[in-house]
Amino acid sequence: MSDTENIAIDVRDAVKRYGDFTALKKISLSIMDNEFFTLLGPSGCGKTTLLRMIAGFEAVTEGAIYLYGDEIENLPPNKRPVNTVFQNYALFPHMNILDNVAFGLEMRGTSKSDARKKAGEMLELVQLGQFSARKPSQLSGGQQQRVALARALAPQPKVLLLDEPLSALDLKLRKAMQLELKHLQRETGITFIFVTHDQEEALTMSDRIAVMSAGEMQQLGAPTDIYERPHNMFVADFIGETNLLEVSVDGIESGRATCHLGGGHELTCNAVEGIGLGSKVHMSIRPERLYMSDTPVESESLKGRIKENIFVGTDITTIVDLQDGPDFIVRTSNSDRGNKRIFEPGSEMYVNMELGAGRLLVD
Amino acid sequence: MAAGAASGGSATTDTYKEARTWLLLPAWVTLSILVLAPVIMMLIYSFLTKEFRGGVIWEFSLAAYDQFFFDRGLFGDDPPKIEWTYVTIFWRSIWQAGAATLLSLVIGFPTAYFIATRSENMRPVWVFLITIPYWVNLLIRTVSMKFLLRDQGPLNDFLMSIGLIDSPLHIVNTNFAVQLGLFYSYLPFMVLPIYAAVERYNFALSEAAADLYASKWTTLRRVLLPAIKPGVFAGCILVFVPSMGSFLAPDLLGGAKNFMIGSLIEEQFKGNAGNWPFGAAASMILLSMVLIILMFSARQQAKADKAGG
Amino acid sequence: MTSKQFDIKTYTGFKGITLLCLVILYAPLVVVTIYSFNASQSLTNWEGVSLRWYADVFTGPESAKFKTAAKNSFIIAIIAATTATTIATLAATGMVRGGKFRFRTVSFGLISLPLMVPEIVLAVATLIFFNSIGFERGLLTILLAHIAFCIPFAYLPISARMQGIEDSYEQAALDLYATKRQAFTKILLPLMMPGIISGFLLAFIVSLDDFIITNFVKGAGVETLPTAIFGSVKQGIKPNIMAISTMLLSVSIVMVTISYFVSKSDNTK
Repeated sequence: MSDTENIAIDVRDAVKRYGDFTALKKISLSIMDNEFFTLLGPSGCGKTTLLRMIAGFEAVTEGAIYLYGDEIENLPPNKRPVNTVFQNYALFPHMNILDNVAFGLEMRGTSKSDARKKAGEMLELVQLGQFSARKPSQLSGGQQQRVALARALAPQPKVLLLDEPLSALDLKLRKAMQLELKHLQRETGITFIFVTHDQEEALTMSDRIAVMSAGEMQQLGAPTDIYERPHNMFVADFIGETNLLEVSVDGIESGRATCHLGGGHELTCNAVEGIGLGSKVHMSIRPERLYMSDTPVESESLKGRIKENIFVGTDITTIVDLQDGPDFIVRTSNSDRGNKRIFEPGSEMYVNMELGAGRLLVD
Repeated sequence: MAAGAASGGSATTDTYKEARTWLLLPAWVTLSILVLAPVIMMLIYSFLTKEFRGGVIWEFSLAAYDQFFFDRGLFGDDPPKIEWTYVTIFWRSIWQAGAATLLSLVIGFPTAYFIATRSENMRPVWVFLITIPYWVNLLIRTVSMKFLLRDQGPLNDFLMSIGLIDSPLHIVNTNFAVQLGLFYSYLPFMVLPIYAAVERYNFALSEAAADLYASKWTTLRRVLLPAIKPGVFAGCILVFVPSMGSFLAPDLLGGAKNFMIGSLIEEQFKGNAGNWPFGAAASMILLSMVLIILMFSARQQAKADKAGG
Repeated sequence: MTSKQFDIKTYTGFKGITLLCLVILYAPLVVVTIYSFNASQSLTNWEGVSLRWYADVFTGPESAKFKTAAKNSFIIAIIAATTATTIATLAATGMVRGGKFRFRTVSFGLISLPLMVPEIVLAVATLIFFNSIGFERGLLTILLAHIAFCIPFAYLPISARMQGIEDSYEQAALDLYATKRQAFTKILLPLMMPGIISGFLLAFIVSLDDFIITNFVKGAGVETLPTAIFGSVKQGIKPNIMAISTMLLSVSIVMVTISYFVSKSDNTK
């Protein structure tokens, strides 16, 4: 327990049950001080429940939650020095922007005039100083979002919780807000816990990501870890696009595993602890790690026929039919067109990949 | 899905869970003492012995119910025959309420449908126009109706002046006047639930029917009506039930010949009859019938909800 | 006009019936309003516009009776509506924000009981109840009865309003260090205000208009406006009754109109 001081939120064996339904199955995780931490998963995976347990809106059925070493799971939300940015912002519609932002400070006993002064400063920070007299309904979605942020940050919480705060914004605004949030987190030095179902958003913003599914944590790690080295099928499938191939492990030698695909094809990749000789598992290969050529280029080359090319703007997605084997998806960046040929449907070619591109998965 | 709904349900509405008992206590106490207890007391009174000109003697008796259904002669020792007087009044109440319900349906359904198919901005305005008269004192409305329908009233004056009739129509003191009064009293109750049902109705279904060669009226009958049946049913109940026990319309518009059960009950307490147990028994019979209808309709509603998913 | 043929939503005749419906609903009220301004002593002969029957209401032979009755009516309506609205607001908070509990259905049944029991039956029951506990009939019995049957009328708009308010507002307040009581008074109550106002106004009208129950539980010689009007009408419709009716009718329409616009003004947007 030497580094307890660096742990902002420590969730220990937390369980949440609603009657017979278990929403969270024994979750343990430590969120570090000054970290941008993301809970990522599909709807119903328990990420929002976990966030609401930290905020104090949901009782913890079993287990404990610590905030900088203090046990908080039995405190009501108004006694916890954490604040939330709600999914729909929940700005008080009958109060103006300034009073909204001042609310938390006032409730903590700051005098009305001081609270308003500080609230004004917060609004300046999110560049909404000139709107302080407006009602929330008179602001755009992006502005409301920033007010919600200012309101939650004004009382200087130890941890800021964000419940899918960007989901209501359109794509462009969302991208801009992602950067703004990231900067705000760096500037304030407050620990952010961010909930989202959008894997791209999670990869862009987070220091670390916890991928959740069906009330369990599937993988915890830095964005590159999770993308490059998915631990299991769920993570590989949920994060980004991937080719999931059924393989049987035929040989393991000096850290390399030789895997057999259907139709007599063979691929070699790095061996993974826990996957032994003869196991039938899945291999994940990201489509952008594959490329096509007339003749085999690398040791890992498979012969196939082009089924279809799909133009998706920045990329071209090609569906390749391996003879007697599974279909492959290959992604070619549009900017590479000079280097890498586009093959016409029906033509025969080779799909190549480097040795580390394939990743064996624990099911 | 079910689990998600369950978690959502308990999470969204329990902010004041701890204070619940204290919040509900005033309502529980007030309504238990001033509504529930009186109904129970009325049930007890219906089994007591009457005292001359009001009040009761605390002695168990079935005389009130016996009097409602059976005739045992002037001195009460003849063999019992069915007593038609009260059964007839009861039957007339049902018949009048039924006629008023039908009249409300015939006028109310097209009205509700018309309103529900207006633009979204205009719908509340129409609903408002239909409901305003309901909030005007029922007594005043009934008196106004009587004034309008009188032999020398504005309606007859108008009809004679345009030469449609030669001598005044006698409407007041007929069954029809009572039906008209009941219809007038409770029409909004018919319009509102039907309106709500039609507003929720997905008109793509009608379009699909028309696309599959159904005529407009066939579409109405085979597609729209089955979809909004619960609303129509609710409207009928909401008109029928208060019509059954109404007092003002039969009293002011119907006259003595067209007595309904409400007047019969009133007579026992405010009028000359002064037979409290009998009035309580008649009230119990009316209440039982209303509760049976309401339970039946609740079951229909539950069935419709289930079918609707 | 030919395009109408293809409008699947429109049925010929429905518009006509709707207009007929409005005529039926409004004709009696309009006629009474017009005739309340009749200068003639007789009911039906029109002799020009005059305010004599309005003057008669305030200064005529029956004016004392009607003034007392009006005072009773308004006092009872104000107290009954205020009490019922308070009880209903608390009850709605318990029902809508109290989570799931065993007696929820029973509680709702109890609250809506006055709407389910036919009015005349409720009148009989209340009379019998006050009689059996030896409670002397007078203004107080009328008031108590009115409080009871006003509760569901106040409750329905208030709870409907509350269901429309997401609980994330209170949660945001709690998250920002407000106590539950502060979250109620500073956030929930202001947001519910339109529902509370329309609940109060409806309860007020229902109390002001009630005849049947009042007629049963009032003491001898105690009158409210409706019972006084009924007493007069029993001896025949007189022009001064039409003047009173028109005034009472205006009060109702004004209040319902206020209620309509208040409930339309959505302060959560």
